Amino acid sequence: MELYQSTIHELQDKIKEGKTTATEITCSVLQRIDAVEEKVHSYIRVLKEEALAAATDADKEIKKGNIKPLSGIPVALKDIVCTKGVPTTCGSHILHNFIPPYDATVVEKLRAAGAIFIGKANMDEFAMGSSTETSYFGPTRNPWDLERIPGGSSGGSAAAVAADECIASIGSDTGGSIRQPAALCGIVGMKPTYGRVSRFGLIAFASSLDQIGPFTKDVEDCAIMMNVLAGYDPKESTSVNVENPDYHQFVGRDIQGWKVGIPKEYFVEGIDPEVKAAIEESIKAMEKCGAQSVEISLPHTQYCLAVYYIIAPAEASSNLARYDGVKYGFRAAGGDLLDMYKKTRMQGFGAEVKRRIMIGTYALSAGYYDAYYKKASQVRALIKKDFEEAFKKCDVILTPTTPTPAFKIGEKTDNPLQMYLSDIFTISTNLAGIPGISLPCGFTKSGLPIGVQFLAGHFQEGKLIQVASAYERKAQVEKRRPGL
Amino acid sequence: MKLTAQEVEYVAHLARLEITPQEKEKFTAQLNDILLYIDKLNELDTKGVEPMSHAIGVTNAFREDNVVESIGTEKTLANAPDARGEFFRVPKVIE
Repeated sequence: MELYQSTIHELQDKIKEGKTTATEITCSVLQRIDAVEEKVHSYIRVLKEEALAAATDADKEIKKGNIKPLSGIPVALKDIVCTKGVPTTCGSHILHNFIPPYDATVVEKLRAAGAIFIGKANMDEFAMGSSTETSYFGPTRNPWDLERIPGGSSGGSAAAVAADECIASIGSDTGGSIRQPAALCGIVGMKPTYGRVSRFGLIAFASSLDQIGPFTKDVEDCAIMMNVLAGYDPKESTSVNVENPDYHQFVGRDIQGWKVGIPKEYFVEGIDPEVKAAIEESIKAMEKCGAQSVEISLPHTQYCLAVYYIIAPAEASSNLARYDGVKYGFRAAGGDLLDMYKKTRMQGFGAEVKRRIMIGTYALSAGYYDAYYKKASQVRALIKKDFEEAFKKCDVILTPTTPTPAFKIGEKTDNPLQMYLSDIFTISTNLAGIPGISLPCGFTKSGLPIGVQFLAGHFQEGKLIQVASAYERKAQVEKRRPGL
Repeated sequence: MKLTAQEVEYVAHLARLEITPQEKEKFTAQLNDILLYIDKLNELDTKGVEPMSHAIGVTNAFREDNVVESIGTEKTLANAPDARGEFFRVPKVIE
C-alpha cells in the first residue's frame, strides 16, 4: 500500500514507530496529485513548496520526540477558510486575488496540531451549489466516475480525500455541503453542531446555518479531526462554551440497546431504488450491532427545502453586500460609485450567486419580510421541535444522505430547483442546528458510492462517532477504491 | 406570476447588480419557479409560533473591553483595488 492511501491513524502509527517521515508522506501525496489532479481537479491551488517546507519542519519536531495529533499529515482546506498570505477565493472571480491577512481559527488549530496544508480545495462559488459546477475555476469531477459531479459545495475537499490527493480535508456545511459530497464520493464527512467549531475566518454564506467539519477516510480519523477542530473560540460570538469531550473515546464502543430512529417521511417518492435498498440494509446492520430500529416522525420534513431557500439566500444577500469592489477583491471600471458597485458585482459573481442574492433581497425587501423571512423562521422553529420530539424516542436517527447517487456533470445546471432537491435529506440538520455524519454504506450496480446519514441531538457528536464506528465495524461494507 | 420583469429589475437595483436583458428574462422565470415552490409554506398555520433566528439558545456574547493588537492600516489596505495613503479610493461621489 502506498503512503497516500493511508488513514491518519495508520500514518501516525508509522511516524511513532519511525517507519516513515512527514517528508515521505508529503512527497507521496504530491506524487499522487501529479498523477490524478488533471483528471479530478480537486484543487484551486496546490501548496507544493509550502507543504514541503512544513514537512521539513515537522520532521525536525518529530525527531525531537514532539509528535502531535496531526504531525506530518497532509490536509486540504476548502478555499472558503482564510489562510494568512495564501490566496483564498471562495471559488469566485470576485475574490480571485484576495490574500487574507490572518488565519481562520480552524487553520490555526490544524497548524498547531502539526497538519501540513497541501492545497486549497475547489468548491461551488461562495458554497452555493450541490455539484461544485458553479466554481469560477471550473468543475471538480467525481473520482469514481469522471463524467459525474462529486457533490457540493465542498466537492473539491471530498474528491481530494476519495482520490487520495490528501489524507483528510476541511469543508463547510450550510445545507449538506459536507455530508452530500462525502456520500457521493464514498468517504466520511461530519457536520458538527452549530457553535461547536469556530467560524472565525470562514467566509460567510448563511451565518445561522454555516458550520465547518472534516472529511476523512474512516470514522476513527473523523474523531481525530474533531479533537483538533472543536472547541469554544472567544473570537466567534456564536461559538458555544460547552464541554468538549475527547471524541476518540467513542471509537470502537458498542451500541447495545440503542434505539435508532427511522423517519418515515424520508422514505417517500423520488428516492433512487438502489439507494433505498442500501439504506434498508443499513437498518438491518443496526440490529446486528445490537440496536433496535424504531419508526419516528418528522412531520415538517416536506417544508425544509422551502424554509432553507428563504433563510439561506436572505442571509447570503446580506453577507455578500460586502463585495463592492472597495476593500478587497475584484473591481470593475465604472462611471460613478453606484455604477462601479453594480458592474463589479455583475462581473464578479456567477449566475447561482446572483440568483440567490436576488431571492434573498426580494424576501427581505419592504412589504415581503413577514410573508417570507418571518414565515420561514416560524416553520424553522417547528422543524427544530420535530427533532426535539424525535430524540425523546431514539438515541440517533438514520436516513439516506442523498436521494440519488452522483449525477452527471451538466445534468441539473439549468434547473435550480432540481439541483436544490439533491440536499433534501441534509438541510433539516442545519435548520435545527444539530450534528450529522455521512459514511459509506454500499455501491450501486454501476459502482457509484452510496452514503448513510446519522443525526443526533445538539452537541451529541460523540454519539455519532460511536454509532458510525459500530456500523463501520459490523456492517461489512465492501472496501473499494476509485479506479483512477 | 408572482414577480414581473420590472420587479426583477428593481430587486437587482436594490442588490446593486447590473443585469443584462437575457439575465432579466431568465431570472424572472427562475425566481417565479422558486417563489411558487416556497408558497408551500402557506399551507401551514404558524399563528403564535415564535420565529427562530438561532439554532442554539445563545443570547448576547460579551467579552471584556480590552485593547488587543489589530491588523493595522498597511495590511488592511493591501487587498484594496485602489488605495492612497491611509484611505480606500473610490470613484467620485460628490459632483
